[in-house]
Amino acid sequence: MDSPASSSSTAPGVAPAVPQSSRTETTPTLIDIQNVDFAYGDTKALHDITLQIPEKRVTAFIGPSGCGKSTLLRCLNRMNDLIDGAKVERGSIKIRDIDIYRPDVDVIELRKRVGMVFQKSNPFPKSIYENITYGLRLQGESNKARLDEVVERSLRGAALWDEVKDRLHTSGLGLSGGQQQRLCIARAIAVAPEIILMDEPCSALDPIATAKVEELIHELKEKFTIVIVTHNMQQAARCSDGTAFFYLGKLIEYAETQTIFMNPGNPQTEAYVSGRFG
Amino acid sequence: MSDQSQHLFSSRPSARRRAESGVAWIFRLATYIILLAGVVVFGDIVIKGSRTVFQSEFPFINVAFLTEAPKSLYVFEHEGEHYEMADDDFRDFRESVEAQALAAGEPAPELKAKTYVYSAGGIFPNIVGTILLVVGSMTIALVLGVASAIYLNEYAKQGAWVRFIRLAILNLAGVPSIVFGLFGFGMFVIFFGWNVSLMAGWFTLAFMVLPVVITASEESLKAVPMGFREGSLALGATKWQTIRKAVLPYATPGILTSSILGIARVAGETAPIMFTAAYVVRDKLPWQVEQAMDFFFQGVMALPYHIYVVSSKIPQNEYSERVQYGTAFVFLAIVALIATSSIILRNRLRARYRW
Repeated sequence: MDSPASSSSTAPGVAPAVPQSSRTETTPTLIDIQNVDFAYGDTKALHDITLQIPEKRVTAFIGPSGCGKSTLLRCLNRMNDLIDGAKVERGSIKIRDIDIYRPDVDVIELRKRVGMVFQKSNPFPKSIYENITYGLRLQGESNKARLDEVVERSLRGAALWDEVKDRLHTSGLGLSGGQQQRLCIARAIAVAPEIILMDEPCSALDPIATAKVEELIHELKEKFTIVIVTHNMQQAARCSDGTAFFYLGKLIEYAETQTIFMNPGNPQTEAYVSGRFG
Repeated sequence: MSDQSQHLFSSRPSARRRAESGVAWIFRLATYIILLAGVVVFGDIVIKGSRTVFQSEFPFINVAFLTEAPKSLYVFEHEGEHYEMADDDFRDFRESVEAQALAAGEPAPELKAKTYVYSAGGIFPNIVGTILLVVGSMTIALVLGVASAIYLNEYAKQGAWVRFIRLAILNLAGVPSIVFGLFGFGMFVIFFGWNVSLMAGWFTLAFMVLPVVITASEESLKAVPMGFREGSLALGATKWQTIRKAVLPYATPGILTSSILGIARVAGETAPIMFTAAYVVRDKLPWQVEQAMDFFFQGVMALPYHIYVVSSKIPQNEYSERVQYGTAFVFLAIVALIATSSIILRNRLRARYRW
């Protein structure tokens, strides 16, 4: 019944979100999250999350620490599988209509299509070139010309090429913090994913490096679907198309970014985006 | 305030100040006692040992001591001269004396010699044996230890069972080495029927150092940032690809550091090998075997066991100190050499895989 364009969700006991009409959508849904409950052992982290993420757009998850936004992000490429006792207890997460928690899903294939950039930039202590080619080499690619091409394309895609083209074979750790984060983005796009998850990618960067990454995010949405977790509200306002506000493991409000910031439908959202708590 | 030198912060003798300096002196003294002990031990071995290992004329090193097998020393008087000879030299000498006497038509003089076992020749087979024991047992310990550390740290679900395994490993570290020797004797020598052999010694020594290797390998694996694993997995790497390419290389320097300690321990322990691998004396060198498989099932002479034999199993006399201290000195030098080369290797790896 709900078209992706007008989807919105409320958790039980929470006032309903803004009128659906405020969302103007142009692209189809890529990630469909339905009634997801998630727990770390006995600790419930997500309650009944329902959310549709459209293709080739930037969707931001905001909310105070511990609200479950990173947990939800990590569900999307099943990075939570690494944590003992963490599991989706209810509901489904579908990417292109395939439930990624189905037993016959190969998480390796999933993660090739759903790349991730982490809060703390984590380039491998290898050369820039080896960092970019890591994913492809794992897939058995060893053709030098092909690798060279991907390195250049990825670094250009991450707006890093001009800064590092003369030192591709020096360590990635020799780069500045912002460059390292863009290297990680380049590394993620080198394996040609469809979706890029970003977990607070700028929280350790200075304002200038942050601006560069945000600019990059803007360019990347031409080719990729981006989901970004941030607790910097200005960042969400600047670079996302849709914004979901989470609080205590519940999705409070999900709407066009502009709506969330200018005309939130929920008093809690308003209190958070106006800086009164969080 | 009558005295000019008295001021707000001026120091006065007090019980607190006396206690301060007293405590500092106790700690200082304790440290110097240890230093003294170290200097005396090393000094004694180096001074006495270098009398055996070095010599005043060219080539300044007693090559025979490093390249020959242990021999008996023959001490005798002949025509007013005092002779000290190794057994083979003595046989040659006696033959030539007898030949001379025969040529001169005289009865052959009887050479009355006192023999001192192990006091002539060298310790070459012992050096070889110790190196073989160290290399073999460290290889086994590293393969088994690193594998189980990877399992415990990367694969196993953390819980009561893994805690129990860790506790068991720690307990293994507390087992006296003679007990390991007995275990190796019962298990490998008797039950597996390997007899007194390199294989039995390797496995006994390997089990002895395993706790050190496992614990240190786990620490090294834990020290590799989680971000490397996550970054690798997020790029579609399998768990094993992640471990092999993004974890293990960065843990290797730490693992090597621990195995350096293991080397010293493996090389030095006497108790585990005395029932399992060590021979008092063996004529053949380890590579003088008929079939390749025999190599693994032969006993060897080893430096620590040789020290034990020449210090407590043979009659002590003025000639035994030479071989005792010479062996100890060479032994220390070899351990230092192996440890140094491991440290160099580790530092190279560290420079290559630093983060």
